[in-house]
Amino acid sequence: MAPRTTMPGEVAEADWRLLDLDQFDEFIRSLNDRFEVRGPVPTSDAIVLGRLRRARDLPIGWRDEQSPGRYRASDQGDDEYFGHAVAATGPKTELLPARQVMWRSEGRGGRLKFVEPDARSRDLALLGVRPCEVAAISILERVLVGGDYHDPHVDDVGRGMFVAVVECARPAATCFCSSMGTGPGIDDGFDVALTELFGPHRFLVRIGSERGRREVARVTSTRAHDTDLVARAEVLERANQRLTRHVDREGVATLLEHNVEHPMWSDVAERCLGCANCTMVCPTCFCTDVHDVNDLAGDVTRLRTWSSCFDIDHSYLHGGAVRTSMSSRYRQWLTHKFSTWWDQFGSSGCVGCGRCVTWCPVGIDVTAQLATLHVKELRDVDSRVAGVS
Amino acid sequence: MNRHPATRPTLAVWKFASCDGCQLSLLDCEDDLLTLSEAVDIAHFTEMSTATVEGPYDISLVEGSISTPDDVRRIHEVRAQSKTLITLGACASAGGIQGLRNFAAAGSYTRSVYAHPEYIDDLATSTPIAEHVTVDFELRGCPIDKGQLLEVLLAHLARRRPLIATSSVCEECKRAGIACVLVGRGVSCLGPITHAGCGALCPSIGRGCFGCFGPSESANTNALAEQLRRVGTSDLELSRLLHTFNAAAPVFLAQYRRHADPNPEAT
Repeated sequence: MAPRTTMPGEVAEADWRLLDLDQFDEFIRSLNDRFEVRGPVPTSDAIVLGRLRRARDLPIGWRDEQSPGRYRASDQGDDEYFGHAVAATGPKTELLPARQVMWRSEGRGGRLKFVEPDARSRDLALLGVRPCEVAAISILERVLVGGDYHDPHVDDVGRGMFVAVVECARPAATCFCSSMGTGPGIDDGFDVALTELFGPHRFLVRIGSERGRREVARVTSTRAHDTDLVARAEVLERANQRLTRHVDREGVATLLEHNVEHPMWSDVAERCLGCANCTMVCPTCFCTDVHDVNDLAGDVTRLRTWSSCFDIDHSYLHGGAVRTSMSSRYRQWLTHKFSTWWDQFGSSGCVGCGRCVTWCPVGIDVTAQLATLHVKELRDVDSRVAGVS
Repeated sequence: MNRHPATRPTLAVWKFASCDGCQLSLLDCEDDLLTLSEAVDIAHFTEMSTATVEGPYDISLVEGSISTPDDVRRIHEVRAQSKTLITLGACASAGGIQGLRNFAAAGSYTRSVYAHPEYIDDLATSTPIAEHVTVDFELRGCPIDKGQLLEVLLAHLARRRPLIATSSVCEECKRAGIACVLVGRGVSCLGPITHAGCGALCPSIGRGCFGCFGPSESANTNALAEQLRRVGTSDLELSRLLHTFNAAAPVFLAQYRRHADPNPEAT
């Protein structure tokens, strides 16, 4: 696990600073001296994770509208730096690239020479990622590094990674982080956490690690006051009120266990395209395929690429695929994410970022699918109660 | 060291009803084609050379659909002479654009195109190769992707399974970090039901996928069509989207029939 979590006693609880807009720009530029800084940047019609060299690379003035199967982002022309919610692409790509060369072998003169891919030349800094994404990074690290099997690539990137998270002021309509306990605010798991405040326009900075403290100390900042902390609390309170989707994080695990044969699975399969968009955008879906590909010169490349439980090949065992129906593939995904993930990794696999809801081309909404099971469960309880009386 | 056995496997390339674009993809391999020609003996490829060697052949690449009585005879000959038969492109796997004739009055296309249709000896339908002979591997696309063609040949020579995904174009978009054009801009896109392989060419320049690789492994065409209607795609547009290079692919055809006007002349 990356050592950036606050160690007991390392940082005083009330370790807050203020950056004005110039100082914030200076902070990003300063990080660039030591890191490859990535964060939300605007493209023509979406906010994506990209290279951040200075504050004006951010989608300043941009708002996004997210609903099931629909995403629109545009420049509203104001000066709010983080007035948007979770971006179209997230930091999963950095830890677990969509296509990654694991090694190559060169065959020359009857000998094999193995070549490892070049390591990242500079450590990565993520700035402007959201609390739910930080939660997702820690899940990925737990799954890919923390258990019996250790992924050296994920570990290398994770260890060096600097995280400057931004708390959410305007969650999207598809967000449900508060249900999953991952947002809209954040208390640990970062190097620094930023909250954008207005009147005057400034950033409240919370130090989360010694490295975070060193990076903030490189630029000019000022002391934060109680009033700034109150302003932050108000931002988070308003954000909480904007969250319209909810999931019963712990209850849902049992709910899924009890509803393996629920008609919801075949209903959703009617609408599900099996296109795998949900798993590709999910910040914790980690499934990959590994293939060896040879070229004409006799060189072999071992490739790891993102895969999905919505592909028929994913369940291919000796003699054929196990999950041939779309309902079984959707059930596998949802059940793993919300239920069996607890058994396997001790947490939910969902962080409530809502990407699977937004980016499903037909707008299938996990929170609505789970609510369908809830209704049925209540009816079961009602009928049992009625039977007893 | 000689990497290749003294007798190299022979490769033949055959053309049926097609535009030659898929064969050109093989010529487009350029430097790789030179290396490939060291690994295989290109015995029959008239797009490249008039010099041909008689069969049998180890690998036959077949481009095009079956659209004449002569094609029917010839494809059986090709099959009989080939250890492995790999088809190239939408014509060979779904009947191609010329498959549109399957849904028109018999002879109407011939009459509208040729000054003397009486000299044309064609079948009423354009059909995939697999409807006539056993096919060992179908490579999709209109045209095929040359990287995928090399991969299929290399895999065959190395006796391994080719790395050709049967999933949707969506996965290629997401791996490339392209924001979805359907969700993000409401563009009509067939990506969610279309076989991967192009590397998401059209979405990468902001356009919707128009399905030239044919249906993906588990295409839910009806669910996508409903969503495309919701973003403002008309039945006419939907029927046109589904009725191109892979019009005769059964999955696309069934969905096309749900949107097509039964009396197109009336509109």
